[in-house]
Amino acid sequence: MATAAIEIENLTKDYPYGFLHLKKKTSLEGLTMSVESGEVFGFLGPNGAGKSTTIKLLMGLIFPTAGTARILGKPISDISMHADIGYLPEQPYFYDYLTAAELLDYFARFHDLSAQDRKARVDRMLKKVGLETARKIQLRKYSKGMLQRVGLAQAILHDPKVVILDEPMSGLDPVGRREVRDIILELKQAGKTVLFSTHILSDAEMLCDRVGVIVGGKLRGVGAPDEIVGMKAQGMEILFEYTGDSNGLRGLLSKATQTGSRYRMQVAEPDLYATLQQLCGAGAKILSVSQVRATLEEYFMHLVEADRAQAPAVEVSGK
Amino acid sequence: MRRVGIVALNTFREAVRDRVLYNLVFFALVMIAASILVGQISIGIEEMVIVSLGLSAISVIGLLIAVFIGVGLVSKEMEKRTLYALLAKPVRRWEFLLGKFGGLVLTLTVNTIAMAVGLFLALSLMKQSGEHLEKSVLVAVYFILLKLALVVALALLFSCYTTPLLAILCTAGLYIAGLFVKEMRDFQSDTMSRVVQSFLRGLSYLLPNFENFDVMAAAAHGRAIPGALIAQNTVYAALYCAVVLAAAAAIFTRRNLK
Repeated sequence: MATAAIEIENLTKDYPYGFLHLKKKTSLEGLTMSVESGEVFGFLGPNGAGKSTTIKLLMGLIFPTAGTARILGKPISDISMHADIGYLPEQPYFYDYLTAAELLDYFARFHDLSAQDRKARVDRMLKKVGLETARKIQLRKYSKGMLQRVGLAQAILHDPKVVILDEPMSGLDPVGRREVRDIILELKQAGKTVLFSTHILSDAEMLCDRVGVIVGGKLRGVGAPDEIVGMKAQGMEILFEYTGDSNGLRGLLSKATQTGSRYRMQVAEPDLYATLQQLCGAGAKILSVSQVRATLEEYFMHLVEADRAQAPAVEVSGK
Repeated sequence: MRRVGIVALNTFREAVRDRVLYNLVFFALVMIAASILVGQISIGIEEMVIVSLGLSAISVIGLLIAVFIGVGLVSKEMEKRTLYALLAKPVRRWEFLLGKFGGLVLTLTVNTIAMAVGLFLALSLMKQSGEHLEKSVLVAVYFILLKLALVVALALLFSCYTTPLLAILCTAGLYIAGLFVKEMRDFQSDTMSRVVQSFLRGLSYLLPNFENFDVMAAAAHGRAIPGALIAQNTVYAALYCAVVLAAAAAIFTRRNLK
């Protein structure tokens, strides 16, 4: 069995608010999960769900109200493990008086790398994220997408074992998103553990070995994307060809979507056999019968709506 | 300490690339140059006027930089969230804080040296300055630097737990209060109860004593500054900075970033 690269146990974060800070808003409630070594784990959830809070807790930027977490077997309070972690903050902003090459060199200095090694890595990373030509431009002149690329470069510059990315696709155009996806896949191939938060579900479906869905500060589901959506059966889809008289299948055809002589219709699982018999009896040619699986998006929306119905949103500053 | 040095050098680089800083230093040099003109019309006390004005310019410009940039050292990083990526590296928060402090003190040292060179140039134009005067001006400049380091440490402390505006007000307030600690200590009044007087006396020992760093009058008159005072001020500034920075680190290490 694979060892866990990230172990989170009962992690809770409350933010006090109000004039005397007597009220509290729970941003994260009893989060328990683990990310296996070498897997790509997607952390999904709507805005304010607790994704960034979890990541900030892991990175030691904020402190938990309760619970513990370990990365590579070390407690998150142990700064030495940061040598093996790469982190991309959400909407990253860097020292704008530095150029991309200077910034990467500055960060590389904290990893005990020789000057020669630092230069080689900086060159390689800038090439990887497509900023070779902009390396001598001060970051204040960079677009949001370019900053995101610099952020990604600094996160993987020191060849970390665990890479934690907070909304890595945010602010990127389709080309940029594709490049980030490729980098994540490269990291996976290199055996790195990747935890990234996103609300772009297609990216999660495409990249992740497993996803965790967090809504309202609580983890609502963890598993492989196809497993997690498979939990909720949606019925059966029948694809058939029918050229006969529409009167023969009047009831059924009104529920189907027609493309030329082909029809596609969904039925509940218990009604499948009866429907097939009716179609065959009318002379329809059955082309395929498949199970309708919910998409990750549908699953996600289902959880979000259920949560919204339970508790109205309270907006609290994370300060 | 290597990581402290990396942060310090980057803080210095930030200051070097900040044009506002050059404007302030330029303004100070203009002030020093102007003191020559004022000196010309101050018959017999030219050197005194130049030294007083020059040292005042160095002190005021240094204080402006120490307070305003000092407060922004941490708060700006938190506001812009540039701190996030840095703290994800193997850097302890106190190392970051100490690096920021070191970087600004280095910047102030370079600026103060540049302005002091301007002052000595102005003095050399008078061609009358004795060795005593030059030595005491040098000590006065050194004391200004010690004072500025203390102000930076205070600005850092306040910016670790309050808003930038409040941190500026607190730092400036404490600086002004620190100029009157001797008066506070020796204050006698019949209308004041003994408890209040004892409280004021106790407070005067806690407040940073900026009065001791002011040797401008002695320098302007060319009076020698005793070595004991130099040693005392050096040790005092070092210890006070250490205590203030330790408090700042204790607060900052526990602070949740937004």
